Amino acid sequence: MITHHKPSSGAHVGANKSVGQIMWQVILALMPATAFGLWCFGWPAIFLFIITVSSAMLFEALCIRLKGRAAKPVIMDGSALLTGWLLAMTLPPWAPWWIGVVGAGLAIILGKQVYGGLGQNLFNPAMLARVALLISFPIEMTTWANVSPLFFSGSPGFAESWRITFSGLGNLDAYTGATTLGYIKTEFSQNRVLPDILNDYSAVLNFIGWTRGSLGETSTILLGLGGAWLIRERIIPWQIPVALLATVAGLASVFHLLDSDHYASPFLHLNSGAMMCVAFFIATDYVTSPNTATGQLVFGAGCGLLIFVIRTWGAYPEGAGFAILLMNSATPLIDHYIRPRIYGRDRKGKPLEIPKP
Amino acid sequence: MYVFYAIVSLTLLGLFLGLLLGIAGKYLKVESSPIVDELEAMLPGSQCGQCGFPGCRPAAEALAEGNAPATICPPGGSTLAEQIAALLGLDLDLSEVKEPELLVARVSEATCTGCTRCFKVCPTDAIVGAPKQIHAVVADACIGCKKCVEVCPTECLQMHPIEVTLRNWRWAKPSAPMTGNALC
Amino acid sequence: MLSLFSKPRIRGGVHAEEHKAITASQTIAYDFPLPEKLYIPLQQHVGKPAEPLIRVGDAVLKGQLLAYSQGLISAPVHAPSSGVILDVNDYPAPHPSALPIRMIVLATDGKDEWVKTPDIGDPFQLSPEDISLRVGAAGIVGLGGATFPTAVKLNMGRENRIDTLIINGAECEPYLSCDDRQMQERSAQIIDGVRLMLHGMETHHAVVAIEDNKPHAFYAMQAAAQAFPEIKVVQIPTRYPMGWDRQLIRYVTGREVPVGCRSSEIGVTIHNVGTAYATHQAIRYGQPLVSRVVTVSGGAVGRPMNVEVPLGTLISELFAFCEVDLAQTARIVMGGPMMGDSLPHTGLPTVKATSGILALTQHELKSTDEQPCIRCASCVSVCPAGLRPLDMANNIKVNQLDAAVDIGLKDCISCGCCSYICPSNIPLVQYFKYASGEVAARQQAQHKSEQTKRLMEARQARLERIAQQQREEEEARIAAKRERERLKAEQEAAA
Repeated sequence: MITHHKPSSGAHVGANKSVGQIMWQVILALMPATAFGLWCFGWPAIFLFIITVSSAMLFEALCIRLKGRAAKPVIMDGSALLTGWLLAMTLPPWAPWWIGVVGAGLAIILGKQVYGGLGQNLFNPAMLARVALLISFPIEMTTWANVSPLFFSGSPGFAESWRITFSGLGNLDAYTGATTLGYIKTEFSQNRVLPDILNDYSAVLNFIGWTRGSLGETSTILLGLGGAWLIRERIIPWQIPVALLATVAGLASVFHLLDSDHYASPFLHLNSGAMMCVAFFIATDYVTSPNTATGQLVFGAGCGLLIFVIRTWGAYPEGAGFAILLMNSATPLIDHYIRPRIYGRDRKGKPLEIPKP
Repeated sequence: MYVFYAIVSLTLLGLFLGLLLGIAGKYLKVESSPIVDELEAMLPGSQCGQCGFPGCRPAAEALAEGNAPATICPPGGSTLAEQIAALLGLDLDLSEVKEPELLVARVSEATCTGCTRCFKVCPTDAIVGAPKQIHAVVADACIGCKKCVEVCPTECLQMHPIEVTLRNWRWAKPSAPMTGNALC
Repeated sequence: MLSLFSKPRIRGGVHAEEHKAITASQTIAYDFPLPEKLYIPLQQHVGKPAEPLIRVGDAVLKGQLLAYSQGLISAPVHAPSSGVILDVNDYPAPHPSALPIRMIVLATDGKDEWVKTPDIGDPFQLSPEDISLRVGAAGIVGLGGATFPTAVKLNMGRENRIDTLIINGAECEPYLSCDDRQMQERSAQIIDGVRLMLHGMETHHAVVAIEDNKPHAFYAMQAAAQAFPEIKVVQIPTRYPMGWDRQLIRYVTGREVPVGCRSSEIGVTIHNVGTAYATHQAIRYGQPLVSRVVTVSGGAVGRPMNVEVPLGTLISELFAFCEVDLAQTARIVMGGPMMGDSLPHTGLPTVKATSGILALTQHELKSTDEQPCIRCASCVSVCPAGLRPLDMANNIKVNQLDAAVDIGLKDCISCGCCSYICPSNIPLVQYFKYASGEVAARQQAQHKSEQTKRLMEARQARLERIAQQQREEEEARIAAKRERERLKAEQEAAA
């Protein structure tokens, strides 16, 4: 029954895709890689994951309450959950609990709410938190646990895991090592060359994710599949991941061909879960990436370039966080200069000329 | 000793630069723009007095001296406020500006005596009529200054809001976006 | 392969759920009972309202002229049935505001008796000017919804040397199927109308463009056009808003209409299929536009259908005929669900622009639970005009209308793609309509303040002149007095 008619204009019907649904679909796409990561790294990873995600949601609720609004509908849109989730996936799996809490606080409060909440932030909150943590707590953030799956002998049990996460077990050396990229970086400083370093590098294990790395960023195949599904569902544009991966592959190929002793092959670059995660899930964040297809290509290529540069010549073995933040700051500029052409106008906005017959 | 050198050299530098500035100020002087005239030209010029000043010129002077906000002129509405703010380089929060409720005068034909007092004071000649004839207001020319209402001996002139017709109906602004429901 | 690098012919757009089959599968209904009263607005077209030439109490026949067109861009209005004029007064208009507009109220006598129509003979013997005159006199306007007077377009066509006449059979709006049905059932008449339009515009090439979700209409039209090589019937991809005239022109001819120009300036004119049918009726049989096919559809409609109704029929009668459940109706929409506007109640007449009336249930409507923009840029990718709706809306939210105009507010065609796709349910189109109205209002205010200034100056000048005159008169009086005194003194001296 029509009561209180308010003039409303089209469209009266809509595509059935809401913000909440988009968030949940992204989470669904992350699910396999996350589950695999949690299994691989056992109880400490599960504790860290739960702590990070729940503190992200708590911080969000707190901020919303401070603004004098009801928190429930905002929490329900899943954006804080997704931010916490993405952050947890990029943390070292056995990091102490406070890393998760501090990271979630940085992401939600400094990365998102101080800008005005959902849709207003300049930088990707998860990446902002990750980079801040990496700079502030370099030891905790670069202690990589060995693969020690749940219920395997040799993996820490529940009680021991509790201590790893909550009391910071003193000597973790028996359980930890370096990631492939980190290893390459340290060995380079010993003047070794690549073919030597990579003697026991297994492409297959890296591909499925049986390797040291961030909590949910080890499996190339699972993250890649999740991303491909999101593209197919038209949740994320193809331009950013394709441009990003193609740029890294292109640059890596050129340098690898020039000097295969010091530059890793494009295959090694692409065959890492972290690369997939960044390309499909981090760089494609709506809020902090450009609006137009061309802009997205530029953005993706820029991210790829920076990742390659930082990985290859920078001080950090993995450059994704910095690359994303730098390109985030370029997004407004890209959007300013790369605009769609308006129908009937040229690129500068002047009306087209009437063609001479 | 070094302190002495430092003080002397910096003093000399300061004097020299100051001298340069002085010379530049004298030779590169820009004639100050007659901002009051410019402001007065922008104002409606109907001397209606709704701003609280006795006319558009005094209002323009107050604006130029910074004694009046850019939103001073009710008939000008937000358009004029924007123009004034742009000219004076003021920050303007337009969400605070209330669009003037546009009123126009209307003659009640029953009580009009045709005294002609109203059309003598109308600043825009919006009232037509002749002695002993019922007067009428041309709504398009009326600026809502209420001067006629004040002089009408029979109170037959009243201010009415402008009638909404299909010609001037406009879409309303969608209600403010919510970033979560109000706390309840 | 090269075509990949040429200019794209379709940009943006959405694939909306069609909901067309339920009405498109049935023939047009002609058994709509004649209403007792018809409410005929004097303005059912773009331009000046028509001026009534009948008086209350006059008896009129069907097709008789009720109001004549005024000025260059206008259209006359004819009696949709025979009967007596009851009233000429203000009644609620079929508009979201339902504000009053002047209408003629006709009490029908049930005979539905046609006024005597002249026998025309072979219309192709008529001069092109004569064709436009007759089309204009029949009150034909663009029946796709734009309601621009067709005769004016035919005249512009002659003046501008049109090389292609496009007949718009896209009907891209969901739910609507009145053009589809007409193309299936009236293909010969439509093709005849197209030939008459070609004759009226002195053009020799026409393209009938039909979306590829209407194969039956396509085959029917193709068969009807077989004998006429100057008319080509083509299929175009199904993608809203394919029926936007400029999109269609770009797709069919590869030409883009510059901003601020009419399509006739680049040699193309576009008419709707319904308009072609009305042209056929007017020229062949001398029958003016007094009825049209309306799609009645939506979840709350018991018998959704296409039905031929006399203009001026109240929506309430149409709804009664189609068994609309008003208790289920959450919104009444005139036109399609993408571009149509909501109506407050059913006591409003159908007009020349009414291609459809939808009674939508709450379930069918897009949610109005507005959430913050997440900058997903879906609106940018679906905008057929190449705008950035999210940036425009953000500017409008904080009242920076000038900034919105700078980035293209005036190029918005209100097609509704952005509102349709927005996952945050932001009513983008309504923001743009509000802003456009506001910009127009401000321009008017500015105009008025300039006007005021002129009036003020005129008044000052007049007061000055009067004062001057008074001074002069005073001086003259004093001078005359002195003169008299001088003369008197002289006389006294002489005496």
